[in-house]
Amino acid sequence: MSDRNIFEYSYFPGCSVITTAWESNQSLMQACQTLGLNLVELEDWNCCGSSSAFTIDPELGFNLSARNLSMADPQRPLLVMCPRCLHYLRKVHQVIRQDKTVRKAQERRWRRPLSPDLEIIHFLEVVVKLEPRSWKQGSLNGLKFMPYFGCTLFRPPALRRERYYQGEIDKVLAALGAVPVTQGLTTHCCGSFLSVVRPEMVSRMVNRIIQSAQMAGAECLVTVCALCQLNLEIRCTLENKLPVFHFSEILALGLGAKDYESWFARHLVDPRPLLWERGLIK
Amino acid sequence: MFNGEMSVKSKGKEAFAVQPLAGGGNGPSAAFIEVDNLDREFAEEVERRSQAGLRRCYFCRSCGNGCPFVEAMDLPPYGIMRLVHYGLREKVLAANTIWICANCHTCSSQCPMAVDIAAMMNTLCQMALEERAKVAAPDILNFHLEVVRSIERHGRTHKLGIMLRLKLLTGEWFKDMDIGLMMLAKRKLDLRPSRIRALKEIHRLFLPYWKVMKP
Repeated sequence: MSDRNIFEYSYFPGCSVITTAWESNQSLMQACQTLGLNLVELEDWNCCGSSSAFTIDPELGFNLSARNLSMADPQRPLLVMCPRCLHYLRKVHQVIRQDKTVRKAQERRWRRPLSPDLEIIHFLEVVVKLEPRSWKQGSLNGLKFMPYFGCTLFRPPALRRERYYQGEIDKVLAALGAVPVTQGLTTHCCGSFLSVVRPEMVSRMVNRIIQSAQMAGAECLVTVCALCQLNLEIRCTLENKLPVFHFSEILALGLGAKDYESWFARHLVDPRPLLWERGLIK
Repeated sequence: MFNGEMSVKSKGKEAFAVQPLAGGGNGPSAAFIEVDNLDREFAEEVERRSQAGLRRCYFCRSCGNGCPFVEAMDLPPYGIMRLVHYGLREKVLAANTIWICANCHTCSSQCPMAVDIAAMMNTLCQMALEERAKVAAPDILNFHLEVVRSIERHGRTHKLGIMLRLKLLTGEWFKDMDIGLMMLAKRKLDLRPSRIRALKEIHRLFLPYWKVMKP
């Protein structure tokens, strides 16, 4: 894939991806290098506002997201890793695109132009656009995984007319030789921030998701959301836990990455025995 | 209150009976709505602020059937919807449902009328705060406040800081200690916050209001 043109993207990692899900960030960089994507981290980005700001003070959330948009170069698409960040940034951008007065007000606030033409995309879309079916390399050796999209990529009502992601993890990883198992709860909510304040309830929800994957015959789960990945690992109280991967980890592994040791060592449910068994890591 | 039969009362005299919303019947046998206390503008206000499309709701209860959090709620989402339509402002703002809702949008994707139920919940949370109503889930509000304060301090969220502050508030130091230690050992919780450079730009956005806010 080295003969591919280099595509440039602005990159918005988000608070979780640079801390709790550091391994997701590292594997993303690795995968992008292989795929010929050049990521330029958005200069001095801030938190998108997350659910907390948008719940108790939506104006604050709006301004926080708008600041990020004001710093993005409209010449390059803005690539976002976290589904929640993507949702809020897109929602705010939609308002900015449709309402000229709001846009003008935000431009005055930040003293920077806000382009209505900025494209905000999720990493998954970028990968799908590269037509994974044409990749003739990489083997995930029949690894049975349940794609776990979580709730936020699952069509929030404000973005009803935007893109739909159902089935995209399956398509990409199946092209690399893994076997998707989709009869589980692939879009059931993981409990989100309630994991902090209502852990017992979230444990019940997470167990239900993991059990559904086990019953469908999956050996692991693959998520696109850093928070889902964390919740599915820390709140699972079942005896037989399933490893939960970030999409970028499995993608990078399938594309032949070699420095996976530091990623998989950070998992709370050790995925290495499974990967050894499948002959995917040494 | 939706477990039993429900009727509308006007000054002691029964006006009309409302069908029970949920089966079961382990709750109180009857609940009454005081017609005198109805806030006629409430539904209009919620709709204007949330743009949720409340008028379209015909109470099919799909939202409550799919909601993954309904077990923890004192009223199901359709119960809140019904009370909003009735104009029972205090009852709605005192329910824990509006705080438990995690905006997963399962309800709105199942809603045949495409009502944005989560948007309604968020608006109700804001109204509860503005009116200083008693918050039914202070732990959740505390979490939101700590996240917002973390953003104010660093421009990004600092998970360890948020957790420690929440522990300080609740005094439950040993709750989830094992998971916290495991995350620290795996270096999933950064000791130092990641800060943005232009913090001034962020500080401007925060009203002094949030500094003194308590659940």
